[in-house]
Amino acid sequence: MTSPTLDLSRKPILILDQVTMQFGGLVAVDDFTAEIRQGELVGLIGPNGAGKTTVFNLITGIYHPTKGKIVFDGIDITPLKPHQITHLGIARTFQNIRLFSDMTVLENVLVAQHHKFTNPDADRILKINGKSAKRVANFWFWRSVLKVGYLKFEKEMVSKAKELIEKLGLSKFMHEKASALPYGDQRKLEIARALATDPKLLLLDEPAAGMNPKETEDLMRFVERIREEFDLTIFLIEHDMKVVMGICERIIVMDYGRIIAEGTPKEIQNNPKVIEAYLGREWEGV
Amino acid sequence: MTFFLQNFFNGIMLGGLYALIAVGYSMVYGILRLINFAHGDVMMMGVYFAYYSAVVFSLNPILSFTVAVLGAAALGFLIDRVAYKPLRKAPRISALITAIGVSFFLENLAVVIFGAIPKSFLDVFKDKSILEKTITVADARIPLLTFLVIIVTFAMFSVLFFVVYKTKIGMAMRAIAADIPTTSLMGVNVDNVIGFTFALGSALAAAGGIMWAMRFPNVHPYMGFVPGLKAFIAAVFGGIGSISGAVLGGILLGMIEIFLAAYFPSVMGYRDAFAFIILITVLLVKPSGLLGKKAIEKV
Ligand SMILES: Nc1ncnc2c1ncn2[C@@H]1O[C@H](COP(=O)(O)OP(=O)(O)O)[C@@H](O)[C@H]1O
Ligand SMILES: [Mg+2]
Repeated sequence: MTSPTLDLSRKPILILDQVTMQFGGLVAVDDFTAEIRQGELVGLIGPNGAGKTTVFNLITGIYHPTKGKIVFDGIDITPLKPHQITHLGIARTFQNIRLFSDMTVLENVLVAQHHKFTNPDADRILKINGKSAKRVANFWFWRSVLKVGYLKFEKEMVSKAKELIEKLGLSKFMHEKASALPYGDQRKLEIARALATDPKLLLLDEPAAGMNPKETEDLMRFVERIREEFDLTIFLIEHDMKVVMGICERIIVMDYGRIIAEGTPKEIQNNPKVIEAYLGREWEGV
Repeated sequence: MTFFLQNFFNGIMLGGLYALIAVGYSMVYGILRLINFAHGDVMMMGVYFAYYSAVVFSLNPILSFTVAVLGAAALGFLIDRVAYKPLRKAPRISALITAIGVSFFLENLAVVIFGAIPKSFLDVFKDKSILEKTITVADARIPLLTFLVIIVTFAMFSVLFFVVYKTKIGMAMRAIAADIPTTSLMGVNVDNVIGFTFALGSALAAAGGIMWAMRFPNVHPYMGFVPGLKAFIAAVFGGIGSISGAVLGGILLGMIEIFLAAYFPSVMGYRDAFAFIILITVLLVKPSGLLGKKAIEKV
């Protein structure tokens, strides 16, 4: 039996090659090299300030690395802007929820669908429920739809968004302002919004932050479910080690910007370096 | 009653024009936290576009106004691309100073291209009888032009609110006003949406300016200053950053100016001072304006 780490049959979807990010004198991410393979669920853990969120900011183009290269799906995305990277199929959520709080649940999802207007990657346009992708011949088709039937297109977009919201169990809040949702549902809405961009790779930054064990458990089930349903590769930052141990196939451990360990949950649990890095620090999960 | 009605319609008209210009200030501020000092000058350019396309290229008024509004939209877009876009990540004060520079640039450009000698906007109308027509409402004789201006103004507001609240690009505008990086991570090309916002604001300002010039036909390179300033005050009054606030602030400011001047003619000479008294009062009493949200410093 091979461990997921060694499963070379899956092709790498994301490659970080010696990525370094320096903020003035502080090296937040230091010579970070890793690979995420198609369909994997990989965890990124490490103490506060280790540089985890910065890794996500680098992948999504919020920051550009001072050194190194990031390749997604065969394309060098290092110099690209955030919206271009989103077009290619990376979506994310935030450690501190960043919904458009004055906009409704539906509008939050619609904004995320926006880019499909201009995304020339035809096959992926409106792939939200998988089936409709086949109905979409190509980008030019949508261009013409835009011209002859803007309102009809608009209607279609709204019904797609509603479908997605329903799928994620948020339909009772459809026209509520995002800020009015219970905390756990705000987390789900952030995920819904990310899914509306039609990603191949989903980055979740501490999705269970601020949740009690029951809510955390539910959320992890939810993550597993959408992974199946939307055919996703997931890269997940987590603070609570128990959470990651439960669902991740592979874990990368960071400390002071560097990778200090990598392996299956079992290997990580028994790795002396990891234990040392967390000993005496805010670490409760093991 | 007659006197009241006359002033009421004048107030709505003037206020509507302030509002049309104010919306551009408010939208740009809402998104970039930038006071676009060049906004009044874009309006001025729009008025010149209308004047020249009618007088020199002999287009009929409706066509020339359309050309002018589109021209101003293109100018607004261009200004953002050339002057503000490179400064998106710079400290906010840099963009503010650039805005003042763009304002001077446009004024002086207008002097060079169009000349400093004022022109009369009434030249635009070959058939001047339309300017003299009136409609009688309960004994009050209201110029037809006043009605037309009010109707066009409100039609433009309907379009604006439709765009902002019912279309995809409007949704993106609102998302950007809330959080630029997050919006870009939703796949929205933020720079294009900001460019669109400038174009939209400039188009409305040009429309306002053209109608302003029908009322005050003196067209010259510095004509954007006073309406620009008043509209800015209106935007602050209503709550800068809020579109409905800009509309409300503009209409109220116009009403207050007209009614104070009408019922207290002795202070007529201080009419422009009212606007500043309002500005100072608002800043002291409710700095976020009538409909503005409490100022949350954007980080
Ligand atoms: N934009 C920034 N400017 C300066 N320092 C930053 C910036 N972003 C992150 N950092 C620093 O980089 C380090 C790693 O932060 P972060 O990636 O948020 O850690 P984690 O998510 O693992 O808790 C921290 O010391 C943080 O202060
Ligand atoms: Mg973090």
